[in-house]
Amino acid sequence: MPLTNALPEPDAGPQADAGATPVLRLSSITKRFGPLVANDAISFELRKGEVIALLGENGAGKTTLMNILFGHYVADEGSVEVMGKPLAAGDPRAALDAGIGMVHQHFTLAESMTVLENIALGTQSAWKPRFDRSAARQRIARLSADFGLALDPDAPITSLSVGERQRVEILKALYRDARILILDEPTAVLTPSETDALFGTLKLLVGQGLSIIFISHKLHEVMAVSDRVLVLRAGRLVAERKTAGSSRSELAALMVGQEVASPTVAEPKPGPVVFELKGVSTQGQGNAARLDGVSLALRAGEITGLAGVSGNGQATLAALMAGTLSPASGEMAIGAQAISDWSPRAALAHGIGRIPEDRHAFGTIGDMSVTENVISERYRTPRFSRYGFLDWKAARAFAEAIVRDYDVKCPSPEARIRLLSGGNMQKLILGRALDPDPAIILANQPTRGLDVGAVSFVHRRLLEARDRGAAILLISEDLEEILALSDQIIVMSKGRLSTPSKRGQRSIRELGELMAGQGDSADAA
Amino acid sequence: MRLEPKPAPSLGVTLLFPVMAIAATLVVAALLVLAAGASPFSVFPLIVKGAAGSQFAILETLTRATPLIFTGLAVAVAFRARLWNIGAEAQLYIGGVVTVVLGTGALPLPAIVLIPLIMLASMAAGALLLAGPAVLKTRFGVDEVVTTLLLNFIVILFVSMLLEGVLKDPMGLGWPQSQRVIADAQLPRIIQGKRLHLGFAIAVVAALVTWVVMKKTVLGYEMRAVGHNIGAARFAGIPVNRVLMKTALLSGGLAALAGFSEVAGLKGNLTLDLSPGYGYTGIVVAMLAMLNPLGVIAAAIFVAAIFVGSDAMSRSAGVPSYIAQVMVATALLTMVTALLLTRYRIRWK
Amino acid sequence: MEQAFDILFQTSFWVAAIRIASPLIFATMGELICERAGVLNLGIEGIMTVGAFAGWFTVYSGGDLWTGVLVAALAGACFGLLHATLTVPLGLSQHVVGIGITLFATSLTYFTYRLALPEVTTPPKIVPFQPLPIPGLSSIPVLGQALFSQTALTYLAFASVAIVAWVLYRTPVGLALRAVGESPAAVEAQGISVTGMRIGAVVVGSALMAVGGAFLTMSAFNSFFFEMINGRGWICIALVVFGSWRPGKALIGAILFAAFDAYQVRLQQLSGGVVPYQLFLMMPYALSILALILVARRATYPKALMIPYQKGER
Repeated sequence: MPLTNALPEPDAGPQADAGATPVLRLSSITKRFGPLVANDAISFELRKGEVIALLGENGAGKTTLMNILFGHYVADEGSVEVMGKPLAAGDPRAALDAGIGMVHQHFTLAESMTVLENIALGTQSAWKPRFDRSAARQRIARLSADFGLALDPDAPITSLSVGERQRVEILKALYRDARILILDEPTAVLTPSETDALFGTLKLLVGQGLSIIFISHKLHEVMAVSDRVLVLRAGRLVAERKTAGSSRSELAALMVGQEVASPTVAEPKPGPVVFELKGVSTQGQGNAARLDGVSLALRAGEITGLAGVSGNGQATLAALMAGTLSPASGEMAIGAQAISDWSPRAALAHGIGRIPEDRHAFGTIGDMSVTENVISERYRTPRFSRYGFLDWKAARAFAEAIVRDYDVKCPSPEARIRLLSGGNMQKLILGRALDPDPAIILANQPTRGLDVGAVSFVHRRLLEARDRGAAILLISEDLEEILALSDQIIVMSKGRLSTPSKRGQRSIRELGELMAGQGDSADAA
Repeated sequence: MRLEPKPAPSLGVTLLFPVMAIAATLVVAALLVLAAGASPFSVFPLIVKGAAGSQFAILETLTRATPLIFTGLAVAVAFRARLWNIGAEAQLYIGGVVTVVLGTGALPLPAIVLIPLIMLASMAAGALLLAGPAVLKTRFGVDEVVTTLLLNFIVILFVSMLLEGVLKDPMGLGWPQSQRVIADAQLPRIIQGKRLHLGFAIAVVAALVTWVVMKKTVLGYEMRAVGHNIGAARFAGIPVNRVLMKTALLSGGLAALAGFSEVAGLKGNLTLDLSPGYGYTGIVVAMLAMLNPLGVIAAAIFVAAIFVGSDAMSRSAGVPSYIAQVMVATALLTMVTALLLTRYRIRWK
Repeated sequence: MEQAFDILFQTSFWVAAIRIASPLIFATMGELICERAGVLNLGIEGIMTVGAFAGWFTVYSGGDLWTGVLVAALAGACFGLLHATLTVPLGLSQHVVGIGITLFATSLTYFTYRLALPEVTTPPKIVPFQPLPIPGLSSIPVLGQALFSQTALTYLAFASVAIVAWVLYRTPVGLALRAVGESPAAVEAQGISVTGMRIGAVVVGSALMAVGGAFLTMSAFNSFFFEMINGRGWICIALVVFGSWRPGKALIGAILFAAFDAYQVRLQQLSGGVVPYQLFLMMPYALSILALILVARRATYPKALMIPYQKGER
């Protein structure tokens, strides 16, 4: 089923009554975080029954803008009007009351509670002595039927799939009679068929006179759903186009600003298998999916890209490779050696360089210095310590070398790492992982949330490591990144891996079907 | 309202907020003094005089600071690694028990051997006492705050049982107290005829050693990493559970030294009023010192001065000496707030 | 041995157990509310001390008994507000602030007591709440007598469990309270102030803790003395964990615990001094630790417990 299925007819109904009073007007919104200007005098209008797409790269300021609109942040300058009335700043309640509903990129659901409880939360007067469950149930049933959002109101959130959770989020907004729906990167966690279903729902909503702001950095989706596109770059609104009169290539150029040279990738020279999983299953960690009989072979001098919709076991595979999780069954081998005793320290000792997915939670210790952070994986080696005493001089010299070689901008090696920007933090983590010249590299979402410059820096370094003969596993939700860098691609779905395919062997559509868990049928066909 | 991290604060700002915290504490104390019908302008000088107005006062303050340095260090070390040891009181008493068990004549050894031996044995006992909650935390996920707090009550009842049983001094006229430690187990006085004893010097040395451990050694680095971000520490391959165990042993050992030093240096025997809450006050000392081992010395002396000064003031001015406890608790609350404000800016919108 | 068993069938034993349970029930409900909202309140021990003193002192100064309960609750609420201000909007360590509140509340109480009664050596007694047998029910042998010949404050303790349970599971406020301890982001996204909910929970919870303290002076010991809370607050924290953060289970835990406490006192008398009495006194504390170990593995904490929240954070 092609993605463009849900494309609204360009000259059909909704826009007919466009041009009346805008339902939403933003006037020169500016928001600064310290020296960083996240939003720079942004103004636009949204009309009834219209879908506008807010297009921009990570860090362009889309999410900040929507957080201001929704009252999580207060703008330093500028104002918001809904239906011609000014909206009180900094108050999510005011936004909700004005009819703005928001579906956050990371769902805001209390997981141990039921669908009904999540939807009705905060909709009944706090002074009511009794929560009216049956009224809520009826209303949810009606909305579900009207918009084709089927859900069991008594199911706990933990039992729902990602797509179903998103339906809960949309129902939350509809339950409150939202007239404006903001969707922040709604498709990041969806399979292609779930995406199609979402687009169908959006079409129904627009038909009912709702207005929608669709935030994304995926061009094909923007082309598919929107009437108008606003392009954000580095906090500024750089362009506004009618979707019908624009093209993907034009929007891509507007979004990125300068032409990004896609990395030139030399022919790989694959060596022997250096890391191998044979039929590995795991218990899974917390909410993460468990691995189910996964086999994987990483070759020296080759980048293996792992694609998939998030939450299908990538995090578990990464934990396994990083050493924070041990296999429950199956075999793991490094070189020719089968691994029995597994831990982060063992992973490091076997020469695995690791770039974790979450640099704040796992990659760095925010309140410790740059120096203390760069030695965290190797402080026990003779280079940095003797007889239980640390050699701070050597540590500092090492920190300075990494800062220099990896182009990290930081006030001093003694500065708390918390003060660094995301990109600089990531470069430091990259330096720490790559400096010992590891034979195996785990790069988990290595460019998430980085600006264009930092992204190409990370890509270049990873390719250099490959050319030096490292075996790299690249895990990313960004399919374009996977396609650009990987010598072989595997797809993860429901804790299982597809067969690998060489560069260019599978089309995007085939990969999408694999991501949706439709087995290796694409190969068979 | 939201908190935004400040860039590296200047020295002025680093000092400004703690000074404001002390000022706020004094304001609270002044209100209490007024409530008691006295004037802060006469009471505060009396406190200062009582704490530092004479050689006797100063020595008394240092004597009182001694156990607080040990318990302050114990807490500082533990809190650094985010091991919430609220059981320094119990560890202190266990140190006292070991001191009287070994020091009342059971081991006929010369002082030069006996004293270090008792010290080590006390530390071992305190370390083992905290090892229990640490194991429960790392193996079973039991919150150590509650277990260490509850252990305080258990240990004090245990000490009471010993003092009415096997450790009871037969010559004690029925009082629940132990025999006195023998001369070779006593810590010598630093100045002849005064109460200040070698325990103070040992406490200062302990602070120096702890400082070196925290700043210069692999263990100190691991403890700080675990305390600041346990997830990242584990990811980096730091053996988190082992580090927490070592922290517990070090912390428990330091707290036990407070009991050893009070019995062997000051009191001479073990009674149930060995500690007027030194274990809990150690938390305040550690927080005032911003968990810095050298700062613990200064903070302990400061807190001891409030106690000694208030005792003296209370006798002459009629303000209940509990004002000292109130001031110390207030200082804890204002200081943690001040430390936050040195690192974060509050934005009201 | 047989005697030890007979205790369980004595009416006086069960009457004592219910009496011992009452202050624990109040304070456990108070702590439960705080923790359900995501705030660990280690100020409990100090707040109970404040409540014990405030209630007693009001009556001692000529106030009515119920006025005393109200004053105790208000005093507890004030310290709760202080705790909440530091831990919720400022996000300070709940461990450190909690201990600080306990030290502050306790020392301030002792200071005030000394100020009010400078020369007193034996603490003066007040006329406490009297048993209020409920006609009919209180004549049911053993259990009826134990449950229905208690003071009004004990009945209030049981009522508080029902109220807390009703509020948590049947009202819009309770829904928001449970949600704020699980996912503050979800609560904020629905237009409810996380800070407001949490501060409210800590204030109300602290008021309940203080009433628990007041029970000791107004319905058990009839006077105030130092260190009378004696770790009861810490035990309540263990009871909340033991009760899996559910009011009903926590109530059962409190009664079991109190029954055990009443039992050890009687056993102590039976043992005739052969076994040191301290061993019996240790049992409640040891039992609390044991209870924590038993449930720790399968404890399902409110997910946001002890995690401060900033607006717009996810």
